[in-house]
Order: sequence, then structure tokens, then C-alpha cells
Amino acid sequence: MNSADTILIIDDEVQIRRLLEITLSANGYKISEASTGKDGLIHAATTHPVLIILDLGLPDADGIEILKKLREWYLKPIIILSVRNSEEDIIRALDHGANDYLTKPFRTGELLARIRVAIRQSSDTSDSPTLTFGSLVIDLPSHLVRKNNEIIKLTSTEFSLLALLAKNEGRVLTHQFILKEIWGMGYMEQTQYLRVFMAQLRKKIEDNPTKPKLLNTESGIGYRFGE
Amino acid sequence: MDELAHTNAPGSRHTKRFQDVLEILENGINVYTTVNVQHLESRSETVAQITGITVRETLPDEIFENAEEVELVDLSPDELLQRLSEGKVYTPERSREAIENFFRKGNITALREMALRIVADRVDKQLHDYMQQKRIRGPWKSGSHLLVAIDYRIQSTRLLRWAKNLSYSMGANIQAIYVESSHQLTVRESEQLNKNINLAKQLGIKVRIVTNYDVVSAIVDFAQKENATHIIVGKPRVRNLFAMLRLGNFVNRLIRYSGNIDVYILGSDNLSKGRYKDKVIVPSFTSNLRQYLTVILLVILTSVTCYLLKDYIGYQIVSFGLLFLVSILAIFFGSGPILLAAGLSAIIWDYLFIPPQFTLHIDKPEDILMLIMFFIIALLNGILTSRVRRQEQKIRIREERTQALYQLTKELNTASGMEEVSEIATKYVRKYFNFESAIILKTELNTLDNKVQEGSSIVLSENDFSVANWVYKNSGMAGKYTDTLPSGSRTFFPLMGNSGNMGVIAAELQRIFTQGEEQFWEAFLSQISGKYEREFLRSAAKNNYILSESEKLYKTLFNSISHELRIPVATILGASDTLISQNYPEETRQELYAEISIASVRLNRLIENLLNMSRLESGHIKPRPDWCDVHDIANNVAEALQSELKLFKLATVIPPDMPLVLVDFGLIEQVLHNLILNATQNAPSGTRIRLKIFYDNGFLELQVMDRGPGFTPSELKYVFDKFYRGKDAKAGGTGLGLSIVKGFVAAQSGTIVAENRENGGAKFSIRIPVKIADLNQQKKLPE
Repeated sequence: MNSADTILIIDDEVQIRRLLEITLSANGYKISEASTGKDGLIHAATTHPVLIILDLGLPDADGIEILKKLREWYLKPIIILSVRNSEEDIIRALDHGANDYLTKPFRTGELLARIRVAIRQSSDTSDSPTLTFGSLVIDLPSHLVRKNNEIIKLTSTEFSLLALLAKNEGRVLTHQFILKEIWGMGYMEQTQYLRVFMAQLRKKIEDNPTKPKLLNTESGIGYRFGE
Repeated sequence: MDELAHTNAPGSRHTKRFQDVLEILENGINVYTTVNVQHLESRSETVAQITGITVRETLPDEIFENAEEVELVDLSPDELLQRLSEGKVYTPERSREAIENFFRKGNITALREMALRIVADRVDKQLHDYMQQKRIRGPWKSGSHLLVAIDYRIQSTRLLRWAKNLSYSMGANIQAIYVESSHQLTVRESEQLNKNINLAKQLGIKVRIVTNYDVVSAIVDFAQKENATHIIVGKPRVRNLFAMLRLGNFVNRLIRYSGNIDVYILGSDNLSKGRYKDKVIVPSFTSNLRQYLTVILLVILTSVTCYLLKDYIGYQIVSFGLLFLVSILAIFFGSGPILLAAGLSAIIWDYLFIPPQFTLHIDKPEDILMLIMFFIIALLNGILTSRVRRQEQKIRIREERTQALYQLTKELNTASGMEEVSEIATKYVRKYFNFESAIILKTELNTLDNKVQEGSSIVLSENDFSVANWVYKNSGMAGKYTDTLPSGSRTFFPLMGNSGNMGVIAAELQRIFTQGEEQFWEAFLSQISGKYEREFLRSAAKNNYILSESEKLYKTLFNSISHELRIPVATILGASDTLISQNYPEETRQELYAEISIASVRLNRLIENLLNMSRLESGHIKPRPDWCDVHDIANNVAEALQSELKLFKLATVIPPDMPLVLVDFGLIEQVLHNLILNATQNAPSGTRIRLKIFYDNGFLELQVMDRGPGFTPSELKYVFDKFYRGKDAKAGGTGLGLSIVKGFVAAQSGTIVAENRENGGAKFSIRIPVKIADLNQQKKLPE
């Protein structure tokens, strides 16, 4: 782990900031803190954080607005940490470029795991042609998927879907995002077909399709690949 | 306030000053005012006769009569003339004019006499009343009851004023009646009728409108029913032969049938005669030009047809054809065109068919007789038919209105909630009155709301709202076509209920109501107001219920929740204090950490439940259905309850052909979460919890079964009640979980049933109506 990794926390609650500071520093991150959206934007520009944890309910601005402004130039992961737990809020934040969304109260273990996934993903510049998840290997250029060294037959759509999810490992992709990426703008309302494809895909690649490990459902929001 | 009878400057709140005074009085302020004798409505006719000048600014007699006290300001004519000439009344120029015209000495004397007499009458009446009061207790009545029959002619105004004066001096009750007969009113006539009825209202006379073909029997029937002692009618005008026949008939019959009721017949004066002519005859020609042309065309067409056939049918049969035509025409046209059709066809028959042809000359005497008979039969037939038709039209309109009211009542009865009522009301106004409207209701604080109801089709300006407020406070109509704030473009009517005004309806009237329409409109409004009143009562009752419920809720909340909240907080606080202050061995510390974690989870669950409950209570649960794979739901729930389920065996049963269903994922997940959690809290550890999900003919079925103690029979009723907790329930739990389940299921139009399993344990079955994905459409999404 790079000792220079700084995480910026934008949250107006002192207690949450303190909890995060303790937890994150204990895990080797450097911490930068801001209690308002305005300060947050300044800190983001000056401290070069590898990841930003953003609260939506800020005293001076709506967190979504801050998210939008950050996304104009900030390309690294942003994780939303908010008490707002409605599906609309979550989807809105994800659609505006948040990498992940956790609702308060949260388990610190889960937050750390999400942070690790997000950082690993954004720093992964290897552009490796193959992705490996345990016994599952996805060979991107040749469109081949192997499980336990056996080739799994996938239709080209199934492969695109799997590749899209796998490339965004750990990240929640909303239904609409997936539909748009795979099938295009005209199919964004056809969520039932997405369900059908996911069920097929699970049958093919999961050890136990009824208890998926790789293709996880985020209720009402979308899918997340891997844990 | 000086000059009670004057008209206000345009743009004022009221047209007339006396309306301002009335409003001031209604607000509890006494008013001293002055009025000249020539401005009294009932005297204006006499004033016009004496002075030759029609006074336009008049004061309704009712207002004069209701004055608490009247004091006469008397002055001798000479003194008044002197004041005038000294310029104390008008500017010198106007004074001269006034002296020459209105204020001539003779006129002043006559007016003075009138004033003295009015005041004397009033004093006389006071004395009379006083004496009566001393002798008998209770209100005294003269026993006289006047019924004045009015119609659509200007004479009726004189009739009304005269009758009013008579009733005043007799101390009698007075009522007016208008009989809607088969006579088709022209535009001017119906305007005059409105004026007459309004005048009656101004004079404080109630007008009843009756529909009857026979005017005499309508008047007499009504008089008898109302115990009238005097009937006052105007002398009918002689217009033509028919009218003359009818006149004799009218007066004779009225006298014959009225029995012991006195009948006054008032002559007409020149004024009304002159106006009468140009008022009635002109429009009946111009307005029907098209009808006349059509009639001429049809008569000619029929004649030509008959002419071609005359060799086969003979000239006498032709008359039947023409007669037939005239009768048919009578169904569609008024009496004017029918007269023309009868005359024209008689001439044509004579000219073209009766030998010698192409002359008006007739050889045979029987043909002359036939021609005369033809003309009379055609005319009578036509006029009778058209009269029957007009009568029938009127009855039909009445029937339609009754039907409309009935429909409205019916639809209103099934409506619930203000919004629905407003929508129905606006819809009916549009349908039956042909104008757009908006309804504003009162608020709970008995002020007028500041927004219009749903379904309203016009947008109101700030000005409109202030007019509406006036209407609401004063219970009178205002706006366009009224005397109050007439400058706007809308008319506002109060929605009057028994317990005050329910609100205001704003209408975009295109013209003034005719009398019949106004009655219909009033009946309409009273239906709507009545419904609103019932709705307000209902919502008040509901509010009371909610209030008492919320008090109960508060108490339970206080008892149950305060306990539930404090326990985990106490745990967290205690454990963390201990950890901070003392250096315990690592093992103890770990135990304390675990306690804190468990307490936090418990606290979090309670907060979630409370938040969900409040979402449910406030009605903010709006399902957002999306296609769901129920496997996902089951997995998520099992995942979330991992630690609770450690000691149980969860068996999930989903048929392999389970389709995708359209439901709210989050709500269903929460429902199953609570039910399974409930099972883990009630069933002994090590037992099996079954989750069964399947699709059954339009319904999604969810079943959760455990091997716990089940329910006692009495308990089954309360399982889903808020804060109800099972008798042997373990500590921890608020009795909210199952009521949330029920709320969430209900939010998706589903039902939930709790029952005992055959071999022990509880079973919850949920049925939610759902759509399933049509997998045949799958091809739509390209592979």
C-alpha cells in the first residue's frame, strides 16, 4: 500500500469524520477533511486524494452538486456515504459519477472493502487482456470465458454483459447504465430482459446460481460484480 | 353616508351605495344616511307620472322598510327653491336647469306630499303593530296574502310596484308568480322577464316560477295552495284576433275559477303600450328568416311534385298533400312560418290546381268552401302542433335538468374526497352549463383557501381571489354580471351549506343566466355545497379519530419505544465507558465490543422500523414496481439475516418456472426480512424456517412458515396491530415489524394472512397482484 495515499472526507458531522479518520489511518491512509462542500472542492484540488468520501447532506450545498463539480475534472473514485437510503437517491448519485454508495449507519469493514476495490480499480492501468476471479478467467480479446479451465459457451451479448460487469469489479452498475452500454439508448426501460440475461449468466458461471458470489444484485438499483 | 340611492363610481366594489351600507351593517356598524323620496323603487312610476322624468337611481323598498328609524327632513317648497337659487344645492347653472325641469314648484309639492305620506304610513303601521302586539301575543298577520302574476312584459313592473304599495298599506304578505306557458320568449322578452324578476326581488317579493300550458289554472292553483286572498294581474294587451279571443277567455276564466279570491286587474298605461309594440313584433320576423325561406322552398317543392302528378291523383287530393306538409312543418318551425306555409299553400292550390287553373278565380262554390276549410285546417293544425311542440320542448328541458341533477347527485354520492367532488362538479358545470369553472374551498380555519381545487379548468388571478374572498365572507355573488366588483371577467358564487359557506365557485359566464337556468344553477350549487359539507364533516370526524389515535400512539410509543431505545443506548454507553476507564483483559474487552455491536444493530433496526412506520403513516409509501427475479429477493434477505439465521435452517422453495414479476423490490425485501426475522425471534433454534415463493394466476404468493409456538386464537386478531407483541415474545422488539409488513403489502394492493400450521408453528401468507414478464417478447432485445 502506498503510504502517500490520501483520502478526502467531505462530511459535516464531526463524529463521522473522527470515526473515519481513526479507521482509515489505522489502515494506512492519510486523511484530509472538509466540513463543507466549498472546502471539499478546494481540498480535492490541493491535496490530490486517491479517493473521496462524500456526504450528500452538506450545510452549504447539495452533495449531488458537489459531485457534479468534482466530476468535471476529478477522475478518481468517489464513494457516497449518506443517510439517504432511497433507491432514487442512490441511482441519482451513481448516475452522476459516484463509484459506490454506502448508507449510514455502515459497517467499517464494508467501507474499507469498498475503498480497496475502488482504489485498486482506478490504479489498475495494466490493461490486462485477461481478468481472473478465482476459477473464472475472462479472456477479453478472444471473447473466451473459462471456468476450472473449461470453456463456457456464452452468447456474444452474455459475454459483453459479463465483461462489462467484470471490468467494473466491485462497482455498482445501475440497470439503466448496463442496458445503455450493452443494448443502447432505446432499450433503457427493458429491465425484464436484463433480469433474464442475468439469470442465464448466473447459471453458466456461478458455482451455485441461487447463491451468486460474482453476479450480485443490489436491490432496486443494479448489479455489482464480485464481493 | 349621504345619498343612499346613488350609484358608485365605476370600478368600485359595489355598483350601488346602498350595497356598501349593507356590508357595513353586516359588519356591525350602524349607518346614518339620507335618501330623497323620488328614489324609492316603488314610487318611481308615480314620480315619472308626476314629473315626466324617469328617475334611474332607485333604492329597493326593502332597505327603506328595514331602516331602524326614519326621520323626515321637511322643507316648504319655497324654502327649497330659495336654497336652490342661492346655489346651496347645485352649482348655479345646474340649479337653473333643475328648477326648470325637475324642481318645479308643483313637482316639489307633489313629492313633499309623497314623502309625508310615506312617513305617515310608516308611523301608522308602527302604531298598528304596537296595538296588535299589546292585544295578542306572537307575530300578527293581517290575514291578507297578495299574489301578483307577472309576465315578460314591461307592464309587470308597474304591476309589481303597485302591488308592493298595496301590500305595504294592507300589511299583507306578497308573492309573485310567473307562469312559463308555451309562448316562445324572444330575446328581448326574456331580458324583460329577467328585469321583472329582479325588480320583484328588489321590492322584496318572492317570485315562484311554474310551468303550465294553462296560465289561468296555474295562477289559481298556486293561489289556492298558498292561501292567497288577492290575485293581481295586468290587463292583457289586445294584439290580434287570437289575442282578443284569448283575453276575454283569460279574464273570464280567471274570475270564474278564482272563487272567493279577490281579483284585481290593472290597466296598462301608454308608456308600456308604446314600448310593447317595438319590443315584440320585430324580432319574431328577423330571427326566423331562414325558417321562412325553408318553408317557402318546401311548399314550392311539394307543389311542383303534386303538379306533375295531378293528372293521376286529381286536384282535390293535392290539398291533402299540402295539408300533410304543413302539419309536418309545424313540428319543426314556429307559428310565423306555419302561418306563411298555410297561406302560401292555399294560394298555390287555388292558382295551380283548382279549375280554372292559373287564376285565383274559383268556379265551383264547393271549391271555395274547400279552400277556406283547407286554410283553416292547415292553420289550426300547424299552430296546435307547434304549440304542443314548444310545450314539449320546455318539459324536455326541465326533464333534462332534473335528470342532470339526478346524475350529479348520484355521481357525487359515490365520490369520496374533496378532489373527486371538485372534479365531478367542474365536469358537470362544463357539460350542462357550457362554461369553465374553478372551485376554491374553505380551509380548516374557516378561511378561504389560496388555491383552486383539482379539476378546475381556469387559472385565477390575485384579483379573482380577493373577489372570491369577498364572496366567501359575505355569502353573496360577485364579479361579472353582478353589482359587486363587476369589473373582472369571472362571476363568483358562494357554495352555501347549512353550517356556513363551504367555498366559492368561479364561473366564466358567457352571458347572464336566464331565469330557468338560474334556478337550475342554484339547485346545482346546493347539491355540490351539500356534498362538500358532508365531506368536511367526514374529514373532521376522521381528524378527530386520527387525533385520538395519535394520542394513543404517543402513549404506547412512550412506554414501548422509550424502553426499547434506552436498552441498547445503555448497553453502548456502559460498555464503552467501561472500556475507556478500566484496563480489562483482552477477552473481556472483546466481549464488550461485541455487546456494543449487537446493541447498535438492535438500535438501528428499531430506527429503521420507526422510519418505515412513519413513512407508512404519512402515506408516503409509493411502490416503484420493476421487474424482479424473486431469487434475488430471497438471496438478499438471507444475506442480510445471515447472523440471525445461523441457528436455523432456512429452506427456500421457488419453482423452476418462476417468471419475472413486476413488484417493488425494496418493499418485498423488507416484508420478507421482517417476517423471517420474526420467525427467528419466535421459533426455537435449530428448527426449520420455510420460505415459499410462487406465482399463482395473477398473484405473487409469498409464504413464511416456522415451528414456533404459533398464535393463540385471540391473538390472531391483533398480530398486525401496531405495538402488539406476542405474549411469550422474547425481549427486544417493538411490535412494529408485522404492522410494517402489513402496511407494505397493502401499499402494493396485497393481502396478508396469519394462521397456525397443522403441526404447530406460524404461517404468514401474502398475496400480491402482479404482472409477469411475457418471455415471448424476449426477442425484442437483440442477442
